[in-house]
Amino acid sequence: MDDIFILIPGRTSRQGTTLNEGKLKADFIEETQTLFMCPDDMTRRGVVDGERVRIRSEFGQVELTCKAAKTGELPPGLLFLPYGDPSSRLMGGETHCTGMPDSKGMDVQLEKLL
Amino acid sequence: MSEAAVMDAETRIVKDATCTFCGCVCDDMELTVVGKRITKAKNACVLGKAWFLNHHIEEHAVATIEGKPATLEEGVERAAQILANARYPIVYGLSDTTCEAQRVAVSIADRVGACVDTTTSVCHGPSGMAFQGVGEVTCTLGEVKNRADLVIFWGGNPAESHPRHWTRYSLMPKGLFVPNGRKGRTAVLVDVRKSKSAAAADIFWQIKPRKDFEVLWALRALVKGVEIDPAIEQETGISLAQMQDLVQRMKSCKFGIIFFGMGLSMTRGKHMNVEAALSLARDLNDYTRFYAKPVRGHGNVTGADNVVAWQTGYPFGVSLGRGYPRFNPGEFTTSDTLARGEADAGLIIASDPAGNFSQPAREHLKKIPYIALDPHESETTRGATVHFCTATYGINTPGTVYRMDDVPIPLRPAFDSPFPSDETVLRAIEKRVRELLRERLTN
Repeated sequence: MDDIFILIPGRTSRQGTTLNEGKLKADFIEETQTLFMCPDDMTRRGVVDGERVRIRSEFGQVELTCKAAKTGELPPGLLFLPYGDPSSRLMGGETHCTGMPDSKGMDVQLEKLL
Repeated sequence: MSEAAVMDAETRIVKDATCTFCGCVCDDMELTVVGKRITKAKNACVLGKAWFLNHHIEEHAVATIEGKPATLEEGVERAAQILANARYPIVYGLSDTTCEAQRVAVSIADRVGACVDTTTSVCHGPSGMAFQGVGEVTCTLGEVKNRADLVIFWGGNPAESHPRHWTRYSLMPKGLFVPNGRKGRTAVLVDVRKSKSAAAADIFWQIKPRKDFEVLWALRALVKGVEIDPAIEQETGISLAQMQDLVQRMKSCKFGIIFFGMGLSMTRGKHMNVEAALSLARDLNDYTRFYAKPVRGHGNVTGADNVVAWQTGYPFGVSLGRGYPRFNPGEFTTSDTLARGEADAGLIIASDPAGNFSQPAREHLKKIPYIALDPHESETTRGATVHFCTATYGINTPGTVYRMDDVPIPLRPAFDSPFPSDETVLRAIEKRVRELLRERLTN
């Protein structure tokens, strides 16, 4: 529960194609609510492919469906989430005089939903 | 007339159309158009196909005011009243519309004393700051295609975000001085994640998260002959031997380039990370030709930078509140003016801050009157005081966009839309704002 993970939101092919179908449509919402996680971390935290988890940052929290990343894609401790509404809800308003909130490399906690 | 004959009569081929989904702005599309639908998009990548084939004219009022259908004129009147009466308005978005519309939006901002900002500020805005800090050794994608023999992608996943970047511009094509195409180039990918792009690279570095600056600075040191402690591997995940190998390749190539993505500009350090990449490219020009370019996302985000810079002298985050332009990211950028609760009205063109911004910024946007121009429904259009449903640029309207390497590209629309262009709506708003401000002066 107390482990700190680093979250990297980013683009995926499906995020891009479903964006064109509509940001309010089911496929885009599903893609941007799917968290990819290192399989070793999933085993350690007892999370099974397809289970729901809660991700919490200093600024917000979202509930996502967890999927195993391909072997070697993500090192332990790193999470990946396709860009969208949920990833943005974890950002804070501070931009450190750049106009850009910290949008990648965010510290988050992960909790398995029962 | 038979149905088949009608279909034939309605079918048209539009050659050399331009895809505006991403910053590659590929202008070699061949579109098959049947009535008001695009049924084929030859040469398009998977993202471009989704862009064209999902486009259809939606049933929607041309304008809505507080969710209720309105005429264009009623929408323009309400929009102009909101802007003319605001004390701290913002004009935001602009990266998915034409340069012709962007310039009108800047003009409106100038008249009402708004902060004008584009989606650049939450994309490569820090890169824009870095350009001002250390300069940019720049080139076009055409030069890359014809000359580059070392291509480095840093903090990005072009296989999924810009699929044709490799095939059309940077890796695969045979160029004038790279006659063997892919075989004549070395491709390097640096990222925290072993993304789908890694399989196409000759060298892949999986660096530790938030260590881009350290790796780039170490490479700069090695280029200058400074000794580096081998313990850097524990810090960054990249060994000294790997770094020395890459430095040797960078110094000895004929034409090298770093394409950097938002892995640099969105991660802690932001403009400092980009400054490190730009400085590395600059340093390497003591040995060979070396360049660094950002990989841009939206179809005309580069145009937005250019247009705002033509008109104000700065690329984004500009306040016109005192009657002259002031640039200050963090103060006049939209993320900040909303999150701090300062803006009291907004004009949002072709973007979705209500769906993309931080929670405090979204909360404030809900409290203020704003106008949204967008062909599609989004969280932002749903909350808008006035929403104009506009024609889609590139598919329905002509105009100019800038490719990510600052090359202007004309648009060739596929078919007409019943909805007005962004430019048409903005011109009408600007005209009415001008009248209202003049009335205020004379009264």
